[in-house]
Amino acid sequence: MSETSAWVIFIAAIFTNNILLTNFLGMCSFIACSGQIKTSLGLGTAVAFVMVMTTIINYAIYHLVLLKFGLVHLQFIVFIAVIAAFVQLVEMFVERFSPKLYFALGIFLPLITVNCAILGASLFMIIREYSFTQSVGFGLGAGIGWAVAILMLAGLRQKMRYSHVPKPFEGVPIAMIITGVLAMAFMGFAGMVSIQ
Amino acid sequence: MTDGNQMTCGICRPKGLCGGRGLVTLKEGAWANNPLAIQILGICSALAVTGRLENSLVMGAALIFVCVGSNLLVSLLRKYTPHRIRMVAEVAIIATFVILFDQFLKAFYWDMSKQLGPYVGLIITNCIVMGRAEAFALQNPPMLSIVDGLANGLGYAVVLAIIGFFRELLGSGEILGYKIPGFTEWYTPNQLMILAPGAFFALGIVIAIFNAIKGPDPEEKK
Repeated sequence: MSETSAWVIFIAAIFTNNILLTNFLGMCSFIACSGQIKTSLGLGTAVAFVMVMTTIINYAIYHLVLLKFGLVHLQFIVFIAVIAAFVQLVEMFVERFSPKLYFALGIFLPLITVNCAILGASLFMIIREYSFTQSVGFGLGAGIGWAVAILMLAGLRQKMRYSHVPKPFEGVPIAMIITGVLAMAFMGFAGMVSIQ
Repeated sequence: MTDGNQMTCGICRPKGLCGGRGLVTLKEGAWANNPLAIQILGICSALAVTGRLENSLVMGAALIFVCVGSNLLVSLLRKYTPHRIRMVAEVAIIATFVILFDQFLKAFYWDMSKQLGPYVGLIITNCIVMGRAEAFALQNPPMLSIVDGLANGLGYAVVLAIIGFFRELLGSGEILGYKIPGFTEWYTPNQLMILAPGAFFALGIVIAIFNAIKGPDPEEKK
């Protein structure tokens, strides 16, 4: 993995290996918050930001602390604690310095702690043995990829309101089917660039 | 408590939990309020690991273990946990059980651990476990919480097994890795079912079937 450039990983994380459409991470909030474009834009931005920051922090902690002291089996609990603490910190910071942004993002920030895409990005980074620059590229790409996917679903669901959907498929099932079609479309990118 | 729960996940809304005792609790979790098909929780892993039936079964077992364990511990500690830090306490308890299961897999079933990859660790952020700890174990005695954890874990595991069964059958024409004699002679396995889109289609259809059997939800009719 070591020779792949961070740029390639960045592109791959958005298109060919989209964290949502190929790895199914962050589905809960993806389905719950994709009703409106405005909401999903707020959530997408927040996720992308938190994801890139927590990948960097977790990379540092994993390589500087956990590996050195042989505490690798504690990675889950350490990562989730870092993510929760970071989200809390961002929330306080934004509240103090930009109340306007706080009201725009405020409700989404606590949601992010339980977003599995964030923890998943950190775990993928460890499993695929990325270097530091690769991790930054991956975190940024995965975050943007997630935001792109939720925005597309929100746009499609807004249109869906005017369509006639069979009764049992209303709501979540049809959203799943749409996501499946989206995933198929994204499969068209396969082979453009490839990471493991 | 229900309101707080709604905040964390957006779709967690435990219906009619009030009179739950023993059998009722079991039925609630495993069928009427199935965490996966009715409440649409924890779908990330449901999509990711169901390409093969074997993986689905292991994942189901993992969730039953974690759910029962964390429900028991949260319930035992419920009178000593300060309300304000209960979330952190719950996450720490859940993470402990997930680490236990992960270490177990790594020690005895290395191949399986490799295949499931990050999804074992992601049980921590699986809303089902957190949702049950928050909505049930915090208010109920230990024994009942075990039943509730078991019921919800089972409900999840069964749906996972159903999806895994059909995806493996249609995607590779095998069950648990064994070829079915004569099946592939008239059916050409459709690779799409193993890939990502197949997962979305399969789960969408399963939820739709559950909806159709259950009939319209009176709460959602506006």
